[in-house]
Amino acid sequence: MSIFKDAGHLFRFAALFVIAFLVFLVVRHYVVPKSFGKYGHYRAAAMDEIAAHPMQFAGHQACEQCHSDVAATHASGMHAHVNCEACHGPLAKHADDPSSVTPKLPDTATLCVRCHEASAARPKNFPQVKSAEHSGGMPCQTCHNPHSPAIGSGAAAGGAK
Amino acid sequence: MSGVEGYMYPNEVTLFWSVLIVLYPYITGLVAGAFILASLERVFKVDAVKPTYRLALLTALAFLLDAPLPLQFHLGHPERSPEMYFTPHATSAMAMFGYVYLWYLMAVLVFEIWLDYRREIVLRSQQTKGLLRLIYKIMTLGSTNISERALHIDEKVGWVVTLIGIPSAFMLHGYVGFIFGSIKANPWWSSPLMPVVFIFSAMVSGVAAVMLLYMGLTKLRKQTIDMRCVDTIAMYMFYIFVIDFTLEMLDLVHRIYEADESFRSIDFMVHTKLFFSQIVVQILIGTLVPLALLFIVQVWKNNISEIARKRIYVLCGSLILISVFAMRWNVVIGGQLFSKSFLGYTTYKMELATREGLLAAIGLTLLPLGFLWILLKLLPPWNDSQSHAAQLPASGD
Ligand code: HEC
Ligand code: HEC
Ligand code: HEC
Ligand code: HEC
Repeated sequence: MSIFKDAGHLFRFAALFVIAFLVFLVVRHYVVPKSFGKYGHYRAAAMDEIAAHPMQFAGHQACEQCHSDVAATHASGMHAHVNCEACHGPLAKHADDPSSVTPKLPDTATLCVRCHEASAARPKNFPQVKSAEHSGGMPCQTCHNPHSPAIGSGAAAGGAK
Repeated sequence: MSGVEGYMYPNEVTLFWSVLIVLYPYITGLVAGAFILASLERVFKVDAVKPTYRLALLTALAFLLDAPLPLQFHLGHPERSPEMYFTPHATSAMAMFGYVYLWYLMAVLVFEIWLDYRREIVLRSQQTKGLLRLIYKIMTLGSTNISERALHIDEKVGWVVTLIGIPSAFMLHGYVGFIFGSIKANPWWSSPLMPVVFIFSAMVSGVAAVMLLYMGLTKLRKQTIDMRCVDTIAMYMFYIFVIDFTLEMLDLVHRIYEADESFRSIDFMVHTKLFFSQIVVQILIGTLVPLALLFIVQVWKNNISEIARKRIYVLCGSLILISVFAMRWNVVIGGQLFSKSFLGYTTYKMELATREGLLAAIGLTLLPLGFLWILLKLLPPWNDSQSHAAQLPASGD
């Protein structure tokens, strides 16, 4: 019995741990969201919240239904695999209601260089230009049709059909 | 771009791991090292270092309390950090660190200190007044049993705790090295030797820190420095430092011999951006000089006067602290200065008065000394008769 008496303070210290652990469990119960860990190391309810966000992108199938002329040019050119909204930005609102939301046309001075400005970080075989030298300050679409950019593949300068 | 030479990927231009991330392994290293010194006395029965036993424990605690703060300052959302406890993520090394830290803090350090001081705590809870009395009362956890048997049990349990503490200290700091060593995308870090090198440099720095603190505090208290103790500490410091240096050189030679695709880039960096902090400060001034001095003392100990030895130890201890800090700097900052493309280098520009700036770093380095000061007031580690009698007039021992 006396071993317990003389080691009593050790049990007190251990009790401190037990109490701390219990407090931890209680706090944990309240601060960890209910749906945490249902699918993985995150809050499952976040999925529904994210799904409830309004749609921003319509997807190229939607654009192609109404803009079949542009879609045809686009599909035949070098940009066939560049999505409409990669250049035009998210346009779900426009696709839903074209008459009330008219999109602004992209500014090629900032748009094209985003992908084509010469940089060592890009793959070597990706078409790149030093825009300042290459275009001589003219807008890219003077010579390139944004929807089918290879020279000679279609009229440029406003004739982007 | 200013500070960038050659080609950097966009996400490499700015260093995200700042001087605080340098500080963090440095401080945990001091903790681990101080604890190892304490264990020398407790487990390995090196009696000569007894005067530093309690001081080493308190130093470890003071620095351990400080250790997570640089990380908190570094975080954009420090209030979210407790989540790593609430939602443990077993496959993330960084997330698991919280538990290692807590284990080491509570189950090892606090417990061992409590056991070791229990007798004093109980006596003080009966002799002091007011707030102090309350603090000591709480620290007794309501048990005033300081019978011989109880103290004997404490002694035994304390020994076991220290025994567990040694691997824990290695874990704590090995972990920090592990976090760097396991980053396979960074050739400067990715090395299985990293945890080992971190542990050994941690031991040297911790031992040096406790030695300096012991010498400084003893001077402040106008007591005599126990030369047998300091000589022994210096001896162990020398041995551990030799191992540490060998391991680091092994790592270096291994890199040079392996000379993988990153080598030219890293080699260039060591000769330019890191030349001062690595070659000059860490290796020449911080390692070779103290090693040479400590070697001389080991060989001609009897021909060197006490006062000269003390001066050498203070010099070596300070150089070692600088060297180990430089080592952490070279790892953490150095690892972010070169591009993964191996085509370019960036510059670390330390901020001054920002959340992660120089002033914050200095503050966080001095803070543990503040903690230590409080701990020394609460739990004086000295057992020389004068101060003991002065502070505990009626303790009856
Ligand atoms: C429901 C049919 C419809 C869908 C779907 C649609 N649009 Fe339109 N779009 C129109 C109509 C109609 C106009 C002309 C509106 C106007 O001039 O005010 C127009 C105008 C535009 C314009 C501006 C033309 C200009 O000359 O200013 C752009 C750019 C455009 N759409 C791009 C897109 C993109 C990209 C998508 C796919 C996300 C898309 N549209 C989906 C019907 C549609
Ligand atoms: C490489 C970027 C890019 C892609 C991809 C792209 N566009 Fe365009 N688009 C432009 C630019 C730039 C203009 C403005 C041209 C101008 O100002 O002359 C434009 C203009 C338009 C116009 C109005 C002028 C016109 O030519 O009729 C419509 C409509 C349009 N795009 C629809 C689409 C649709 C639909 C798609 C997907 C099938 C698409 N775009 C894909 C860059 C792009
Ligand atoms: C989102 C990125 C992106 C944007 C923005 C973009 N392009 Fe492209 N561009 C591409 C891709 C991808 C290709 C196809 C490369 C391939 O297949 O090798 C391409 C191909 C080209 C080519 C064909 C090069 C050749 O070898 O014939 C030209 C010219 C071109 N783009 C010009 C432009 C112009 C002008 C603009 C601005 C209106 C523009 N691009 C905007 C991604 C982009
Ligand atoms: C004055 C007319 C003109 C303008 C303006 C112009 N280009 Fe071109 N671009 C050309 C011609 C012509 C070629 C074909 C040259 C060749 O194949 O060597 C070409 C080729 C390209 C290529 C393919 C290069 C390759 O290596 O395959 C890209 C990419 C390109 N241009 C992007 C741009 C961008 C981006 C702009 C706007 C900043 C722009 N161009 C403005 C005339 C122009």
